[in-house]
Amino acid sequence: MDVLYFAWVRERIGLPREQVETQARTVNDLVAELRAREERYAAAFADLSALRVAVDQELADFDAPLDGAREVAFFPPMTGG
Amino acid sequence: MTIRVQEQPFDLGEEANAFADAQDDAGAVVTFTGIVRDLPGGAGLDRMVIEHYPGMTEKALGQIAADARTRWELADVLIIHRYGEMRAGERIMMVAAAARHRKNAFDAAEFLMDYLKSRAPFWKKEHTTDGGDWVAARDEDEDALKRW
Repeated sequence: MDVLYFAWVRERIGLPREQVETQARTVNDLVAELRAREERYAAAFADLSALRVAVDQELADFDAPLDGAREVAFFPPMTGG
Repeated sequence: MTIRVQEQPFDLGEEANAFADAQDDAGAVVTFTGIVRDLPGGAGLDRMVIEHYPGMTEKALGQIAADARTRWELADVLIIHRYGEMRAGERIMMVAAAARHRKNAFDAAEFLMDYLKSRAPFWKKEHTTDGGDWVAARDEDEDALKRW
């Protein structure tokens, strides 16, 4: 699946998107896999209350299932307007 | 209903006039525009850079506009939101709501703004000569959604 990062999450991880091979069943599972990769991921995902997630371009919860999801995005709370 | 997500500046007067001219059945048009503020205390904003999530942005704005149309009787809705680099004083975005009566237009414009602030995937970064800071979301903006 495609995993996208925006704003300071993108800066901390150092890339805007990547392809991830995963069997993760929920967003939380995916976060656990990413955290275990490298320090920069662990730093970006240290505090989930500071993050929001979208699954296939719809806002979702961290316990949302990933069955069939093609795109997961992580970002800080939005500041539009 | 028109949703535009664009990098280039827009002319607020031209957009507002074109929107009002296109209405046959509206007695009220309310517009709001957001402007890039300088930093408090004249700290010297060099530029603001807005990042967004292409694809999701258009969907989220379309959903917010559609929600407004189910809550109020509206003749039309316009949302324009920019991304990329801008300087203090530039227009960031605008919404316009047209309705037969002004209350619906005012309420819808406020609703659109409240949702745009916290539910449309845009992120602002303020740059000074010392570096850049991401603008933090405010609790008041999240709380503002509860009144709808």
